[in-house]
Formats: sequence, structure tokens, C-alpha cells
Amino acid sequence: MSDQFEPRLIGFLCRWCSYNGADLAGTARLKYPPNMVPIKTNCSGRIDPTHILKAFKEGADGVLIAGCHPGDCHYINGNYRTAGRYPLMEKLLEQMGLEHGRVRLEWVSAAEGEKFQHVVTEFTEQIRALGPLGWGEQFHDESAESEEATKEAVPV
Amino acid sequence: MTDKFKFAMYWAGSCGGCEISVLETGTKILDVDANFDVVFWPAAADFKYKDVEAYDDGFIDLCLFNGCVRNSENEYIAKLLRQKSKVLVAFGSCATTGGIPGLANLASAQEIKDLVYRDNPSLDNPDGVYPQEHYAVPEGELDLPHMYDTVKTLAQTVDVDYFMPGCPPESHQIAGVLDVVITALKGEGPLPAKGATIGVAPKTCCDECKRVKEEKKISSFRRIWEFLPDPEKCLLEQGVICMGPATQAGCGARCTSVGMPCRGCYGAPEGVIDQGAKMLSTVASIVDAPTPEEIAEIAASVPDPVGTFYRFGLADSLLRRAKV
Repeated sequence: MSDQFEPRLIGFLCRWCSYNGADLAGTARLKYPPNMVPIKTNCSGRIDPTHILKAFKEGADGVLIAGCHPGDCHYINGNYRTAGRYPLMEKLLEQMGLEHGRVRLEWVSAAEGEKFQHVVTEFTEQIRALGPLGWGEQFHDESAESEEATKEAVPV
Repeated sequence: MTDKFKFAMYWAGSCGGCEISVLETGTKILDVDANFDVVFWPAAADFKYKDVEAYDDGFIDLCLFNGCVRNSENEYIAKLLRQKSKVLVAFGSCATTGGIPGLANLASAQEIKDLVYRDNPSLDNPDGVYPQEHYAVPEGELDLPHMYDTVKTLAQTVDVDYFMPGCPPESHQIAGVLDVVITALKGEGPLPAKGATIGVAPKTCCDECKRVKEEKKISSFRRIWEFLPDPEKCLLEQGVICMGPATQAGCGARCTSVGMPCRGCYGAPEGVIDQGAKMLSTVASIVDAPTPEEIAEIAASVPDPVGTFYRFGLADSLLRRAKV
């Protein structure tokens, strides 16, 4: 075991293109880091911003969203919804103090096993460089604050 | 003391608007007087914390707690009132979801103090004087409550029986809730299930809004001062960010009926975990442009996503606060 930080990544992959792209990478025996947990969704447009926030809250260091190329969506325009949500989500996460780059959107088709390999490898290294997010940890001090509250209760 | 039921109301981190909304119930306030003895209500009656400390546990039948938990004093009173109350209601947006004060979770307590006492351009504070939590004077030591980094909701602090959102809760909803509570206390009817959100209607604010809604497709966002909105048409369809689709109904859509967009004070509708995330999703989904790049550009033009989508709900959202 090395001491290198291993990022925990969540990948939301659309079932029609990107998940098949991941399958192709597997059947072609392409090698890429094992850090990402893939989650199959029906469409990248099905990925609610709630899912992304919940992933970060529950310990993910990075979230990848992958869907069909524009024009290729199985549901005609689901990925256009994703295209609109993503920049707004990035802006919101930046306001919440997350470093730029912890969430990433990629279009990966069912034929692009190599692109999938490349994206996951690059994203893993990108998050490794950013370091752990540790979203839950900033609340650890709270119980200490609360004890202080009992001590410092203001008698009137 | 009479054998009437005991009523308490407290303001923690709040503006006082909730107290006004209770008084705004009109003659219903006479029902409160007929059925309750006020045993603690800093805005209306002269009781001290030591009076509450002296009550037996569960002495108060109904306690309406408004305001967020922002400092050690708020937290102490929240715990004290929980102990002394049979029914504790998180009353109003601040107690329920953090409210406007919850937006302070975008900064730390120190950053806020630095801005208020040091960096604000209109300040005259050459000696850099900050308020001290403890200060000795000849008469003894003076104390200020400790301000926390993170604004908390009432339910993040103590066990809460009911939630009543709104900034402030609408008076007709308060009147309705008081009726239910009085009937239940008299043993003539049931109380709602513990943990219920009360004083609201099912569905969303849009359901109560009378404006005409058609297909939502917008190509730019506008602020309400930039143009005179059509009085009949859905505000969102006119490019104004209106929180209606991601907001619990119950207010009667009063804001939209006078041309102001919904700001989301009634909180997330039933089944929604994170109001801001849902609204972000809605807003981005109705942007209409030919290419993904143009859609992305228009969606990203929303100036302040957190302040807009989490105006009342940041402290109760999934992420709860910004990382600082």
C-alpha cells in the first residue's frame, strides 16, 4: 500500500451511450484507475443536482457526469438539460467553496471506450491533485461548540 | 395562574416578523387568550429566562419557536424550551430551514465580524475594536453569547414536534393551526403526526398561483426591476426566476399575485430533499437555445445561484454551509 491519496469518485453514466462506452473499455481490456464507482442512469438528463450534492455530502471527492453527444440523445434532448444544469451547478459549487474541477461533464458515446478510459484516468489524476474534499469534516467542531453553549449559557 | 393551557413563543435568530404574523391573526388572538395563559413571550410579555428555568418539565403546552440557532444563547433557550414544552413547533422559515440568516453559512463567523467591524467602507473604527464575549466593568463581568460559525435550524439542535414554514407563516394558516392545537389539547380531536409540516397545502406554490401557465421556454433571465411583467402570464415564462415550482404551497401565492416572483419561503414541497437543487434543475431545464453551448451560457448567467435558490433553505440543505 502506498500513501498516495486515492480519490473516491462517483460516475453517473447514461445507459445508452456512456455506460456502454464503459462496457466497451472493459471488453477491450483497456486499463484505467479503479477509483470511480459507476452508476447507471437512464439519461444524463435524469441526473438531478440533488444526486451530485448528496454524493459530495456522503464523501465523494469528485463526480463525473457522462452522457450522449449532443444530437445523439436517446430521448432527443435530455443531454441539453444536462448541458444547462452543469454550468449552473459548477457556479453553485464554487459559491459553496468547492474547488473548480470536482464535477466534470463529458460526452462519451457507446463507441468511445478509449475516450472513457482517457476521461476516467484524467479525472482521477485531477482529483488526486486537488486532494480529499472531506465535506463532513467541517461539522466535526460543532459538538465542541455546543458544549461551549451549555457552559456559556447567558443568565439574564 | 389559571387552569388554562400554557403558551410560549420565543425568537432566536430572527427578525420579529413571526411575532407580528401571530398578532395579524386578528380576532383569533382572542381565542389564544381564551384558551391559553402566556407563560413566556419576550416580544409581548415580561417573563425572564429564570422564570422558564423554574417551570416543571412539560409545563408549557404549546411553544412556537421562531428564529434559527445562531449563537450559544439561542441554543441554550432551544434546549430549555424543549425540556419545558409538550408541543414544540419550529415556527417560520428560520426555525424550519434556517431562513435568511442561514445565508450566513456562506462565510465563517470571523469573516462576518471582519466585514462588519473592520472592512466595511463606511466604518469609522481606527482602533479596530471588535465586540468581546467577556468584558470586565467595575460592577462585574459582562457576557455576550458566543456566535457560531454555522447557522443551525431548530431541528438540528433539538427534537421538534411540528414544522410551520413561511417568512412569516401566513396568518390564516396560523389561525388554522391554533384551531387544531386547541381542539387537540381539549381532547376533542387528534394532533397531526409528529414531525409533520403543518399550516401548508399539498402541491406547490404554482398550484395556488392564478397566472396563466403555458410551455416554459426562456432565452434570457430578467430581474423584476428591468421591465413591467405581464399581469396574467407566468413570471417564470417571462424570464423572472420564480421559486414557485420548487416551493411548498400554503401561502396562497400572494407574492406572484402582485407581480413579485416567489422567493421560496415556504420551503421544499413534500418529497423534495433539497429545494435549491430542484430549482436549479428547473431553471436550467427551461432554457431554450439551439446549441448546448448557448444553453450553458444562458443558464450560467444566473448571478447568484446559492442566494437565489437557497434564499431561505441553505442551513437545511444537503451541503448546509460553504466550505471556508
